[in-house]
Amino acid sequence: MTELRGAFAQALALIGGADPSLVEIVLLTVQVSFSAVLLATAIALPLGGALALYRFPGRRGLVVLLNALMGLPPVVAGLAVYLLLSRSGALGAWGLLFTPGAMIAAQCVLVTPIVAALSRQVLEDLWAEYAEQLRSLGAGRARAIATLVWEGRHALLTAVLAGFGRAIAEVGAVLIVGGNIAHHTRVMTTAIALETSKGDLALALGLGMLLIGMSIVVNASAYLLKEYAQVRYG
Amino acid sequence: MAESAVKLQEPRAAAPATPGGPLAVAPAGREGRTAPAGNGEAEILPLECRDVSYAAGGQALVQGLTFRLEPGRRTVLLGPNGAGKSLTLRLCHGLLAPSRGSVRWLGPGAAQASARQAMVFQRPVLLRRSALANVVYALAVRGVPRRRRRTLAEDALALTGLLPLARRQARVLSGGEQQRLALARAWALRPQVLFLDEPTASLDPAAARAVEEAIGAIHRAGTAIVLTTHDLGQAQRLADDVLFLHRGRLLEQAPAAAFFAGPATPQARAFLRGELVL
Repeated sequence: MTELRGAFAQALALIGGADPSLVEIVLLTVQVSFSAVLLATAIALPLGGALALYRFPGRRGLVVLLNALMGLPPVVAGLAVYLLLSRSGALGAWGLLFTPGAMIAAQCVLVTPIVAALSRQVLEDLWAEYAEQLRSLGAGRARAIATLVWEGRHALLTAVLAGFGRAIAEVGAVLIVGGNIAHHTRVMTTAIALETSKGDLALALGLGMLLIGMSIVVNASAYLLKEYAQVRYG
Repeated sequence: MAESAVKLQEPRAAAPATPGGPLAVAPAGREGRTAPAGNGEAEILPLECRDVSYAAGGQALVQGLTFRLEPGRRTVLLGPNGAGKSLTLRLCHGLLAPSRGSVRWLGPGAAQASARQAMVFQRPVLLRRSALANVVYALAVRGVPRRRRRTLAEDALALTGLLPLARRQARVLSGGEQQRLALARAWALRPQVLFLDEPTASLDPAAARAVEEAIGAIHRAGTAIVLTTHDLGQAQRLADDVLFLHRGRLLEQAPAAAFFAGPATPQARAFLRGELVL
C-alpha cells in the first residue's frame, strides 16, 4: 500500500515537474492521434455522407460492414497495416514501418469506420429533414453532403470525438506498427504497458492520469461547444 | 382526357374580377409585365399536367390530374386535408415523378425550368446560419456570381421586411419570420413560378398577413404563384384561378370569381359552406 502511495506521489511529481521523458511521450501521443483522427475524418465524413445520400446496390452490405468494423480489434488493424508496410508488403517501399507515420495509418484504419458509421446516421437523419428543400434549391448530391456536414457539425463532432477516444486509448495497433521505440514511437499507452511490466509504476500511473485528464478536457470542451451552439444556432 | 375542361385565362387578358378579399393585396399589375428576373429570360410557363397520377404502396394518391398553369397567374390548389394538394405541388415542382401521365413545361425557356422555379414548404427548412446567409446560400447553389449575391439577398430580405434581422440566426427566428425568410430565399432566385405549400398554415393572423403581403409583392413583380391552402379566406384573397381537389381528384378548375360564385360540384359547395367534406 505504501509502495502504491509512493508511486502516486512520484507520478504527481513527474507531472508537476513536467518531466522531459513524460512530456516527449505525451506530445508524440497527441500528435499521432490528432493526425490520425484528422485524416480519418477527412475520409469518413464524405464516406458517411455518400452512404447516407446515395442509393446503390451493395449499400446495405457496406453499412453493415462499416458498423462491424467499428469493433475492429486494434491488434488486427495493426497487423493489417504491418503487412502492408513491411518490407515485402505492398507499400513496403515507403519505409514507414516503425515510424509515427505507420502509427497514424494504423489508428486511421481504426477510427475511420467509427466516424463514418456514426456520421452516416447523423447525416441520414439530417437528409430526411433537408432533402426536399435542398433539391428544390437545386443542390446536387455532393453539394448537399457538404451542406449537411456543416449543418450537422456539432452532432458530427461527437462522432469525431468517439474516434479520438478510440485512437488515444488503443495500444495494440501502435505497438505492432510502431514498435514502442523509446524517443521515437513510444506513446502513452505503449509506455504504460511497458513501464507496468517493468514495475515502474510511477511513470505508468502518471501517464495514466494524464491520459484520463486529456480525455476529460477534450470531451468537456466538445460538450460546452455543443451546448453553446444549441443556444446560438437553434 | 380532353384538353383542360376550363381554359385558364391568358395572362394578359383582363382578369375576371381579381379577388375581392378583405385584405389589401393589390390586384395583380399585369400590364407592363416583364420576365421575373427582369433580364428578359425566356418564359418556362405554361406548365401542362396531363392525366397525372401518383401512387405509393399500391394506392393512388392523386389520379387523372389534367390542368395548365399560365404565366403571371395566381393559382390556388384548394381542398380539404388529404385531397392531394401538397402532392400535386411536388409533382409540378419536380420533387416527385408522376406514376402515370406527364408534367411538362411548354414555354420557350422550358430547358431551364428547374432553375427558374422555387418552392416554399409548409415547414420552412432553414440552414443553421444567419438569415442573410440562408438567402446567399440559395443564390450560390443557383450559380449566381459571388459579388451579386449580397445585394440580391438584401433586396429579398427587404421585400419581406426582414432586413433588420439579416444578421440573426435563422433557426431562432419566430415561426412567421422563418416563413418570410423562406419566401425571401425563394424570391431572391427570381423564379418565374413560385410554389407555396400551405405557407401560413401554422401562423397567427398577423404573421399570415405579412406572408400574404410578401406573396402579393412577389406576384406583382411578375412571378406566377401556385399555392395550396385549405383556408377559404386566403384562397379568396389570393386566387386568380382555383383548382379544387378532393380525394386525389381534380373536381373543378375555374377562375376564382366563377368558382366562389357558383361551384359546380356538391363537394366544392359543401367545402365552401364550411362543411366537413369527406
